[in-house]
Amino acid sequence: MVDLIKRAKELIESSAVKVVIGYENGTGNRTRALFVEKTEDADKLIFDSRCIQNLAAYVTKREVKDKGKMAIAATLPVMRSIIQLASEFQVNDNNLLVLGITPESKLIEFENLVEVETFVHQYQIEIDARNKEMLDRLDNMTKAERWKFWIDELAPCFKCYACRAACPMCYCHRCTVDFNQPQWIPVPSHELGNLEWHIMRAIHLTGRCIDCDACYNACPLYIPINLLTKKMMLDAREHFGGYQPALKGEHLMSTYKPDDKENFIQ
Amino acid sequence: MNIDKRLVRKDSLEKLFDILKQNSKKIFAPSTKNGKISFRDAEKFSGIVTGYVQTSQSSKEVAFPRTEKIFDYSKSKDGMSVKGIDLKDIPEVILWGVRPCDATGIGELSSVFNWDYKDEIYNNRLSKITVFGFSCNNSDEYCFCTSVGGNPGNTEGSDILFTQTGENSDYLAEIITEKGLAIVSLAPDLFEITNNIEKNKFLAKVPVRFNHEEIKEKLDKFFESKEWIEQSLRCIGCGACAYVCPTCACFDIQDEAHGRKGSRVRCWDSCGFSHFTLHTSGHNPRDVQSQRWRQRIMHKFSYMPERLSVYGCTGCGRCSRACPVDMNILEHLISIQEVTV
Repeated sequence: MVDLIKRAKELIESSAVKVVIGYENGTGNRTRALFVEKTEDADKLIFDSRCIQNLAAYVTKREVKDKGKMAIAATLPVMRSIIQLASEFQVNDNNLLVLGITPESKLIEFENLVEVETFVHQYQIEIDARNKEMLDRLDNMTKAERWKFWIDELAPCFKCYACRAACPMCYCHRCTVDFNQPQWIPVPSHELGNLEWHIMRAIHLTGRCIDCDACYNACPLYIPINLLTKKMMLDAREHFGGYQPALKGEHLMSTYKPDDKENFIQ
Repeated sequence: MNIDKRLVRKDSLEKLFDILKQNSKKIFAPSTKNGKISFRDAEKFSGIVTGYVQTSQSSKEVAFPRTEKIFDYSKSKDGMSVKGIDLKDIPEVILWGVRPCDATGIGELSSVFNWDYKDEIYNNRLSKITVFGFSCNNSDEYCFCTSVGGNPGNTEGSDILFTQTGENSDYLAEIITEKGLAIVSLAPDLFEITNNIEKNKFLAKVPVRFNHEEIKEKLDKFFESKEWIEQSLRCIGCGACAYVCPTCACFDIQDEAHGRKGSRVRCWDSCGFSHFTLHTSGHNPRDVQSQRWRQRIMHKFSYMPERLSVYGCTGCGRCSRACPVDMNILEHLISIQEVTV
């Protein structure tokens, strides 16, 4: 990514930003986040198909944000996350510059988040064939079979919260699971504790999750928890209309409208 | 006791498994689910996998469960009553297929659970575990046992250590403890007398990457280093590293209350979490991730050797493999060794 390296150097040199968040080669065949604060470090920037970590998780991380204005190398899922975060007042044009990477791996720079939003809205959020098949399988199960599926899948979860930490939308300083007075979710990673945690996570992400799979990719135990958020995304689409993260978003699940078909709140 | 060396034919392992099952032994062995290899209750020998470098989770959970009841309580007009768990309910377990780095880890856990207070529940569980170590014929780039005093054929922590003598070949069995001897006595015919087998040539070659004593000395002067900030910037503060670690022993105490009765439970916890050190006052002595990352390294490579005379790391490399953001402990230790203080 010669263009990205060049642009990162310019941005740092001119002090337009304090830090450029991108990818570098990690250990093994992995890639990982790189924080460029000095021009010479920009040469380590890379981009290829292995770069799937959602870097938007860092723009709300205090240690990164505190450095000053950030620029971020952003693939489509990262751009979507940023628009959602902007709609939740977590980032804005004053603290973040988006260096977009198109699905064709071309660098595209945006003047502002409105331009990012316009670009992102050209693409629908599509669920890939493998996950679609899994979701269909789950839909076709009986309630009892589905219950058993999730009890089994969630059983090994030891609540390391890698899913939460890797998710750009989980930026709360104090997560519901961390409250103990009163305690909403059981802390132990037993059956009930795991079930409540993952249901709570899926519900808090409904209408916000942009389906990047960061949670699943982060899970050290390969638990397919992304199926929960995918299913919630599809349900939200079906019941509340299409979903695309938007700067002036309606916050699908947390906005009440008088003409909502549910009347329990009236 | 002297280590007794025997030969166990490749086909005899299954016979051994069956004999142990006939003797109503519970066997925890590595099996595959969702592409991850972990220790699970093994019903059949055929379900046990071999050839793995390392299991996704350590065998720690058998001695130190992620969630464990300590006692039940109930309140009434007459006062409070507390009932401890019945230690007799803790089952005898054979841990089958433990890599030497995990077996060593059990010793490190024990030193924590017996530091001042002798943890009754932990010690009871441990007393009922027989460890079948399996030496490593293979390793990967995340392995570094030889840098922390271990080796791929280390007998420490195992009751019997099996070393496969070449691909698809028989096993050298080293009977290390009385517990190991008790297993042999259940199936003496399967443990054949052998000439001295030179096991080293069958072991994985794990190069020494750093000197842990040098690291310890370095860390004494390293507390305020900027290196911690640089290393931890990409750390997202989850607990994956601690939860797959064979020696991480931190736990949290929780009360699971149901009206006037409930249970006190201990659950794994991790120093990587931002709330791990949060005080009731709102003050957090480890306010940023670099302080928490520093704690992780200092605890394992400085505080534990100082206080318990053991290192809190066995070089299994699991934390690096499990980390979603490639915090590679080996890479970071090497850079600590190289940085001039």
